[in-house]
Amino acid sequence: MNDLDEKKIKDLERRANKIRQLIIEMLAEAKSGHSAGPLGMADIFCAFYFHILNHDPKNPDDPNRDRLVLSNGHICPVRYAAMALAGYFPTDELATLRKIDSRLQGHPHRSALPGVETTSGPLGEGLSQSIGMAIAAKMDGKNHRIYCIASDGEHQEGNTWEALMLAPKYKLDNLTLILDRNNIQIDGDTENVMPLEPVTSKYQAFGWETIEVDGHNMRAFADAISQAQATHDKPTAIVAHIIPGKGVSYMENNYLWHGNPPGIADVAGAPPKDEQVKVALADLKKIEAGLN
Amino acid sequence: MLNPKLYLNEKVFDSDCEMQTTRLGFGEGLVELGKADRDVVALSADLTESTHCHKFAKEFPERFIQCGVAEQNMAAVAAGLAVSGKIPFIASYATFSPGKNWETVRTTIVYNDANVKIAGHHSGIVTGPDGATHQATEDIAIMRALPNVQIFIPCDANQAKWATLAAAKIRGPVYIRFTRDKTAVMTSEKTPFEPGKIDVYWESERPKATIFATGYMVYHALLAAKKLKEEKIDVEVSNVSTIKPLDVEAVVKQVKKSGAAVTVEDHQVMGGLGGAIAETLAKHKPTPIEFIGLQDTFAESGKPQELLEKYKMGKDAIAAAVKKVIARKTS
Repeated sequence: MNDLDEKKIKDLERRANKIRQLIIEMLAEAKSGHSAGPLGMADIFCAFYFHILNHDPKNPDDPNRDRLVLSNGHICPVRYAAMALAGYFPTDELATLRKIDSRLQGHPHRSALPGVETTSGPLGEGLSQSIGMAIAAKMDGKNHRIYCIASDGEHQEGNTWEALMLAPKYKLDNLTLILDRNNIQIDGDTENVMPLEPVTSKYQAFGWETIEVDGHNMRAFADAISQAQATHDKPTAIVAHIIPGKGVSYMENNYLWHGNPPGIADVAGAPPKDEQVKVALADLKKIEAGLN
Repeated sequence: MLNPKLYLNEKVFDSDCEMQTTRLGFGEGLVELGKADRDVVALSADLTESTHCHKFAKEFPERFIQCGVAEQNMAAVAAGLAVSGKIPFIASYATFSPGKNWETVRTTIVYNDANVKIAGHHSGIVTGPDGATHQATEDIAIMRALPNVQIFIPCDANQAKWATLAAAKIRGPVYIRFTRDKTAVMTSEKTPFEPGKIDVYWESERPKATIFATGYMVYHALLAAKKLKEEKIDVEVSNVSTIKPLDVEAVVKQVKKSGAAVTVEDHQVMGGLGGAIAETLAKHKPTPIEFIGLQDTFAESGKPQELLEKYKMGKDAIAAAVKKVIARKTS
């Protein structure tokens, strides 16, 4: 991972914006899927695929590649968009999301698409699988790193805490957890459904190194990853503060957009359903113009 | 008579027949695998000794992962190890794994096509005094319903070892079912074991019924067959050591010979061996079938033999089921 200069940051921000536009187009075409989560994580996925990961889209099975595990599989449109832009498959294929015979399953499936590290969707299982990958790397004396993205909602799954207990026991300093802290889930705001705070202290109490970061600030996030890489004898949890729906004005911070695609239903505070896709893309184009 | 081609234990009907646990065979197989292949790893959820992983843990501490009482985590950690090239064996009581963690097994191991071997211990009412909470009696059903998984149920300690060794050679998810209590050793070192194949342990020239048995219940089926022989009723006893994929050809062939079937298992009769045989015969050769096993009920604490009698799964119940199915055939 090289240092970030202003030019590279601008480049990453432009790519993240492109990822967001692809997410809206995919969801509009699929007429099904989650919106707010994928949009929120576009900056972090962009940072991973275009700056952080040691990976080769043409050799997705390279045993020495870094692993990016997506535990909250429902936000996979952001992963698919980032992978397509990175060269894993043609961007045209994004239009097949959730359709019959597609490699882009509604929740990601490892056997369907090379480069997807795990099958996920049922929550609370990704960190455990990442631990298995991290232990295997240690056993084999390999230096690649394992990054696991998990949602705040899935911290309600007991399995997440089983995994949080295990990783420090084995001193897995090759493992980094990124918490997608967007504060929403299907039924509402996470702190109303089931309070998670103080999550950073909880990680610390379990034996993790912790870093809190603005999940939309490329430099801050890259610095957090560098800090995690420099931490020894324990795993690191990066609490990334995320604005769900980021970039689309009517979706930002509104849990009603957790599980819905644009263009299907009239939603309080949003444009009429027939206008939603157009408005979302216009919002993103406007941001894109500001980046040029 | 006992099938002479299989070199079965000739003392199987004697009172001093060797008794051993299938979990012992698992433990021995695991150590042998550990020696042969650096990629074999074992995971436990606080039941290391009773699942007989302790010898592996002692010999290969760097390849043993103690997960604590966390079966979901154990399953998914194993999945992560497997997609990284390891061959993980996860061991716990079958009520917890693949019971409690079934969805994790489904998603991260089976659907994810991770090369994990699931060792389910303390299966059946033969688990005894611990009671129904610890007697796994639905595990075959929940694993059979999953695509992309093979299921072995060894009949004794020898076969348990062979099944463990065979599982490591298979590329993909495997479930192996073990028992807590000592059961009769029916095989010898020379007895063949081929995954996917049904073996006829008790054969007859003109059988009036075929008993399909699995696990240690093969022994009780043999006892029933011998008793029936004394009453001049000839049957065959087949050891169904691989439940999935089922040896359909053998099932149909044997039933064509006998015209009736009795299934014998220490499991609910729904969804287990009985279900598998019934589905197969309904499709290929509709045949009267009687089902020995738990009849849609939980069992309770007790000694294994007491439980087998109370829940009508012992040799007398099997013999009665044979007579009943033969009567149905001719009526």
